[in-house]
Amino acid sequence: MATPATSRDAALGFAPMSASRLLVFGGIALVLGGMLFGDIFAVFVLHQNGGRTGETLLAAAHAAAAQDPESVRNAFTSIGSLLEDRGTKVDAHVHMTDAGYLALLLALVQPYVALPPQRKRRLAQFLVTGGVLLPLGIFLIHYVGLAYSPLRVIGWASVLADSAGALLIVALLGELWGFVRWLRGERTEADKIATEENSWSRRALLGGGTVLVLLGFLYGSWYAAFDLYPHEAQETRILHSLANSAADRDDVGISRAVNQYGGLAAARAVSIAAHSHIIEFGVLAMLLSFVQPYILLSERWKRRWVIILLAGSLTLPIFVLGELKFGLVAGGIADFGGLLVIVALAGMLAGVLRYSGSGDAGIVQGVR
Amino acid sequence: MTRSAKILICGGIALAAFGMLYGLHYAVFIEHQTLDRMGGALADGFVHTAQRRMPEARAAIDAYGWTKYNYVRQVDVHSHWIGLAMLMIVTGAAFERVGFSERWRRWIALALLSGSILFPFGVIVQTATHGGTFASGLAVAGSALVTVALAACAIGFLRQSS
Repeated sequence: MATPATSRDAALGFAPMSASRLLVFGGIALVLGGMLFGDIFAVFVLHQNGGRTGETLLAAAHAAAAQDPESVRNAFTSIGSLLEDRGTKVDAHVHMTDAGYLALLLALVQPYVALPPQRKRRLAQFLVTGGVLLPLGIFLIHYVGLAYSPLRVIGWASVLADSAGALLIVALLGELWGFVRWLRGERTEADKIATEENSWSRRALLGGGTVLVLLGFLYGSWYAAFDLYPHEAQETRILHSLANSAADRDDVGISRAVNQYGGLAAARAVSIAAHSHIIEFGVLAMLLSFVQPYILLSERWKRRWVIILLAGSLTLPIFVLGELKFGLVAGGIADFGGLLVIVALAGMLAGVLRYSGSGDAGIVQGVR
Repeated sequence: MTRSAKILICGGIALAAFGMLYGLHYAVFIEHQTLDRMGGALADGFVHTAQRRMPEARAAIDAYGWTKYNYVRQVDVHSHWIGLAMLMIVTGAAFERVGFSERWRRWIALALLSGSILFPFGVIVQTATHGGTFASGLAVAGSALVTVALAACAIGFLRQSS
């Protein structure tokens, strides 16, 4: 339960335009934006892109069988474009979400960053700006390409993404410098974070988040030990078989190899997605446990959002793995899991907005 | 702030900055060229097939396999270093809630820090040795350290709650 005391303490470190507030708002908004983008990508782009890639690989193999090198080159140019389309969208989703995590993390460590408030605010602005521009640049890479670029392989969208990445590094090095100053005993105006609250929501998010991360690690170790190398060897084997079938003009062999290649790509994609999503949701839950004092909602609603978030965090990776066996039904349930996390995040963000508004009006008090 | 929390937060921020620098260096100087080489090798494999030059086709497909092997690991190193760094920072911020003595917490923090450095480092060494035992051993030892430390944190959080 958020008591008046903890809320008052939290308000001290949540002043208008403070670095902490900017990082908490920016962080949750970036995670929310990244997840929303990821869900839209999964529903409208991912499967369609995979299907088109398979069809183009089949066309390349048939062109090779027909001894038409020009068509083979064209088909592989199309595959490159399809892979770039998919890859940049995955990267935009991952980088936006991760920048949000980083912002939330840095909100946590603000009390230990011994820098003047205006410098902390500037670093927070750098981080949030970099967190927005980096995924935007990555997303645009596929569409801008090398247009008007003076470089052979790096286009303007890559330049935007790399510059935004540099901005993130500057922000992070600045925070590190502030932390080193704090370790050396320097102190500035306290940016207090209410860490003493020990509500059910907070404990559930911290404990549940750690368990999710641990599950993700165990699954990742399993994948690295038993599936990673066989998958890599299998890919090369399938490509050799595809080339041999094309050379022998064996249409059945070509179709079989392309189907195997599609199956392998799907198996790898779902394994990696399950591993990364369960860990990221675990870290997100742990991070959100620290934001709980800044959520001005009744304890009942706070619990509801926590339960929805943890349920979605478990549903998405489990059903992503189930996609191989149960197809689109499992995919739909996984997307619904992602939606649950998005809804819970939006609910928490609304609570933070209520808190800030009440704090600014000087009426922060306990909500029971 | 306790010493164990300092180890995690300070180490985490440094590791995140290092992971980002590594990623930036890779993106600017290596990634685009690697992607070009990877796509080129696969296309060459099938162009040679179309020309019925099968030994060259096989060599090109093998080259694609090796380039992809390196590429996957380079990207994994970047993402794992940053991911583990973030995990260290968030765990560090909550470390007072791990229900063990400070001495034990320090050991857990050191295990998490050294595992977070060693595991991706082992993966990057794999790109030089192509699956050598030493590199794989480093990666396995690093990931085992992280897993054990994390399990200890989960138990510690539960102990504190109860």
